[in-house]
Amino acid sequence: MHDTIIRRSLLAGAAAMAAAAVLYGCATTRADDPQVATRATAMMKASFKERGQAKLDRLNQDETQRLCSEYAGRTLPPSVVDSIQKENLATVKYPADGKLVGDWKSGERIAQSGQGFQYSDDPSRPAGANCYACHQLAPQELSYGTIGPSLYHFGKLRGYTDETRRYAWAKIYNAEAFNACSNMPRFGHHGILTEQQIRDVVALLTDPASPVNQ
Amino acid sequence: MLPMKRRALAATAAIAAFAALGAAGIAGVALAQSTSDEIQKYRDALQDGNPAELWEARGEELWKTPRGPKKVSFASCDLGLGPGVVKGAYAQLPKYFDDAKRVMDLETRLVWCMVEQQGMTHADATKNAFGNGSQRKSDIEALVAYVTSQSRGIRMNVALDEPHVRDMYALGEKMFFFRGGSHDFACATCHGEDGKRIRLQDLPNLTKTEGAQKAYTTWPAYRVSQGELRTFQWRLNDCFRQQRFPELVFGSDASIALTAYLAGRANGAPYDGPAIKR
Repeated sequence: MHDTIIRRSLLAGAAAMAAAAVLYGCATTRADDPQVATRATAMMKASFKERGQAKLDRLNQDETQRLCSEYAGRTLPPSVVDSIQKENLATVKYPADGKLVGDWKSGERIAQSGQGFQYSDDPSRPAGANCYACHQLAPQELSYGTIGPSLYHFGKLRGYTDETRRYAWAKIYNAEAFNACSNMPRFGHHGILTEQQIRDVVALLTDPASPVNQ
Repeated sequence: MLPMKRRALAATAAIAAFAALGAAGIAGVALAQSTSDEIQKYRDALQDGNPAELWEARGEELWKTPRGPKKVSFASCDLGLGPGVVKGAYAQLPKYFDDAKRVMDLETRLVWCMVEQQGMTHADATKNAFGNGSQRKSDIEALVAYVTSQSRGIRMNVALDEPHVRDMYALGEKMFFFRGGSHDFACATCHGEDGKRIRLQDLPNLTKTEGAQKAYTTWPAYRVSQGELRTFQWRLNDCFRQQRFPELVFGSDASIALTAYLAGRANGAPYDGPAIKR
């Protein structure tokens, strides 16, 4: 009941704001007006409720998310590309023991699993990376998506070198370090995958025995 | 009654065929494209026995039955074309309603009528917005099925020149490109490019007129995998779940803004729901 009252007063507030916006002629603003972005963000914060592990702070954008939203559908100015990539590259942490390659079989399970971070997921279970949702990897898996490029023969094409593996690690850790406003989640930076899980996915990509490289 | 039973049987048979097709798809080494062609063929065949008709029939009965503490039917409910007028109503929603001082989509308007005219509390009117796939059926899903079925063949015509609607459209467009959460996802992450798919599921490009028209005009839809008819509010709610966002509140301003954006982009296309989807 109390909830309903709060929600209603929020709605009334939003309606009053909208009415005010019309009075001041703001309703005719174009969508790339920063004021629209500010109002859209405020509207979203009043329109979502926390559920399970998905708290309202998920709507607080960091600078990368904010810039990528602002420039969506437009060409990023080179200075914005540089600042996003530089800032994100600085977040990449390599493992203290220097060991980059784990178990490709575990990596395959992580690549298959889409569990984790949804309010419907059990937070006590390890998250997956769901690589196959967007990428082709091992050729045996026919159910793969095409939002990202094919990663078949990732190691075979690039060489099984330390350089390839450090790149794979960093790309999984924070894809924005190499490709500003990439669609790919920042698995290390956001703590989606553990260090050991990243090792295992690096193995899936760069172990000569992995099905990805057959 | 008899034709209804026959339809339900046809639908059941069709669902079994879909399941068999799925099994064949996994067993065979069919290429992704031919799988999706097969699914399309199946969908076309299924249009004759869409179980959504069961929801439409239940919704029509609910629409005409006196309900709530005030024992009032939806005959006095104005969906934008006058009290009780259902024909073509969905094709012009979302719309600004002066009595509510708010832009509303169909679901929000139905709830408004339940509260203001039938005397229900807001909590009671919205507590069962989505059915659970088995015993707990949603009245709202049934009402939406009925109302939307009465716009079939009518061209989408959202009043984007009305200032309130235009404002919500602009806010919805911003939301579509809003990246956030643990995975940095926006609606545009999956729905901003042509010819992409997640796993084997084709993704409509909602930033293009053609993609938005095809997607919006085929919701609500009977979801074979869930055994429920799902509304557009449900579609948005479940997208945000997968986006790793918190829960989108049913009938919230954000849900209406995003609906206004997508419905507005579908303007000009004949409405073609309730449809049937995987």
